[in-house]
Amino acid sequence: MTNPNFDLLMWARTTGFDIALAIMVGGILLRVVEIVVLGRKKDLARPKGNPVAQGLKTIFTRSLPRKGMVKEAPVTYVGGYLFHIGFAVAFLFLGAHIALITDLTGLGWPEANKALIETAAAVAVVALIALAWTRFSNPVRRMLTTFDDWLVWTLSILPLVTGYIAVNKLFGDGTLMMAIHMLSAEALMVAFPFTKLMHAVTFAMARYYNGSIQGRKGAES
Amino acid sequence: MTATLERGLNALREQIDAPVASFFTTCVSCGLCAEACIFYKETGEEKFTPIHKLDLMRRLWANEYTLLGKVKSLLGLGEKITDADLAEWETLVYDSCTMCGRCTLVCPVGNDITLMIRKMREGMSAAGHAPKELVGAAERHSDYGSPMGDLHKALKAQIAHAEKETGIPIELDREGADYMALLSAQEIAEYPGVLAAMSRIFRKAGITWTISTEGFEATNVGVQLGNRDVARTLVSRVVAAAEKLKVKGVISPECGHAYQALRWEGPNLIGKTYDFEVVHIIELLDRLRAEGKLKTKGKDDTRLTFHDPCQINRRGGINREPRNLLGLVAENFVETEDAGTMNWCCGGGGGVGANERAADLRFKAFNRKKRQFEAVGAEKVVTMCAYCHHTLEEQLEEHGMEELEVEGLTELLAEYLDDED
Repeated sequence: MTNPNFDLLMWARTTGFDIALAIMVGGILLRVVEIVVLGRKKDLARPKGNPVAQGLKTIFTRSLPRKGMVKEAPVTYVGGYLFHIGFAVAFLFLGAHIALITDLTGLGWPEANKALIETAAAVAVVALIALAWTRFSNPVRRMLTTFDDWLVWTLSILPLVTGYIAVNKLFGDGTLMMAIHMLSAEALMVAFPFTKLMHAVTFAMARYYNGSIQGRKGAES
Repeated sequence: MTATLERGLNALREQIDAPVASFFTTCVSCGLCAEACIFYKETGEEKFTPIHKLDLMRRLWANEYTLLGKVKSLLGLGEKITDADLAEWETLVYDSCTMCGRCTLVCPVGNDITLMIRKMREGMSAAGHAPKELVGAAERHSDYGSPMGDLHKALKAQIAHAEKETGIPIELDREGADYMALLSAQEIAEYPGVLAAMSRIFRKAGITWTISTEGFEATNVGVQLGNRDVARTLVSRVVAAAEKLKVKGVISPECGHAYQALRWEGPNLIGKTYDFEVVHIIELLDRLRAEGKLKTKGKDDTRLTFHDPCQINRRGGINREPRNLLGLVAENFVETEDAGTMNWCCGGGGGVGANERAADLRFKAFNRKKRQFEAVGAEKVVTMCAYCHHTLEEQLEEHGMEELEVEGLTELLAEYLDDED
């Protein structure tokens, strides 16, 4: 007798994934077009610095905190870094994920060992919990937090937790757990264009604009 | 919907462009902008979080410029903006933001929050939700030539005084001069010594300069209020005067927002690139120093620190120049913590200094500067903005620190000018 969860896993791996990927890619394109079509008036002030060069530079340099800022909000900064790095390592260096990306794009790279992947996933989960705590405890973050933030938080932590459970067969049916892991990742993909997850794409645009506006004036960014 | 609300929302719609849409799309509500805001840091009140001050603009963008928002609005689920909302946000947008730009530099995703505040003020003022002092100043500026009213007589009196003091004539409306100098109303009314200082420095440097009686006042309440029409009118006066006199450059005075308005916003307000150069007085003086045309003798030996005006340094890119000049004349120069690009605002910029309703908030905000000045044991504060100068003096007096002297950099340089022939 076949495992009844097998069909669910197969759907998640094939049709479900294709639908999620189409919504994510199409949605991202739509959101980026939605921004770009609004346009930007040509700046007629004679430039003092190089707006394009500084815009491009700021895409990268803004990844580092400005001097003295980490101590003002250590959990937000450290938690933010650990989550992003942990998530990226767990996503990009697990063998099965690389195989999936290779299938889609033809690109591939060596996988990391299991201990590193699991440590990264655990660090990302702990960081997310710490970041959630600051959304309750810090009055500024509490005021700014909306349903979108909790949705994004949930959609970010689920693939990490379900992936860990499925890979290590901690409990439940292994096939079902893997199907749930894939479905959780697909939920994240579907939500991506329509929630704050979009920042993972549009941060480059925002930083570019910021850097180019400051750069035109010869000011730091 | 009332007519004024509709007018305000229309003005706000005109401000939404690709950068604004990218900023709102990218915001992750991390709240780090609050950690850079002097009003949040000195009061601890979360409502002063910079990105929160833009929430109405964000709502408008979400409702009308995103697919999901449009669907929500069709279903009646969009977050509406009411006149009461605008009234509530007025104090956040005008009283608790000097448009100092610190938030813009710390935002990890790169949002230019300050630019968006500038844009949001366009909608607020169009909807009739702006401080009465700024509205009054805009009317005086449009009708009489300066936010303080007609300053022609005062200008002529100050010029006569400077000529008597220096023995150097200052020629008004001189066609073909190298530079046309502008002054801020604050300088004419409160710090006229800058005229004599410029006169001596420029004569020694061999620069010809003039002041136009048709466009001598550089401040621009239009950019503080958020009214492009007023801002355009005021910039146009200066541009017309400079073109009429056929000068090669216009000197922006020691005034933060005047530099921002004239140098960076001005061409976009009038829709053309200037035929002349706009140079900040301190930029020009540093250029003269580099060319060996600004020689000094002796140095000020008081323990002296520098206050960076936000619109000139952080938002204007003039950081190194004042320090080069201080190197010429300050024996005992000491920087406060965060000096330079991340300097803390004096609390008076962006129209907050003129806003009586914001007086208590301004007083609290100044505690940051007070602690910084005390930490370095400063005996004198030098700055390059007459309104910062005014705010520093006002706040030092309010905080019982009157003994701490404040001086403009141009005047300090003139004190040590080696102008013997």
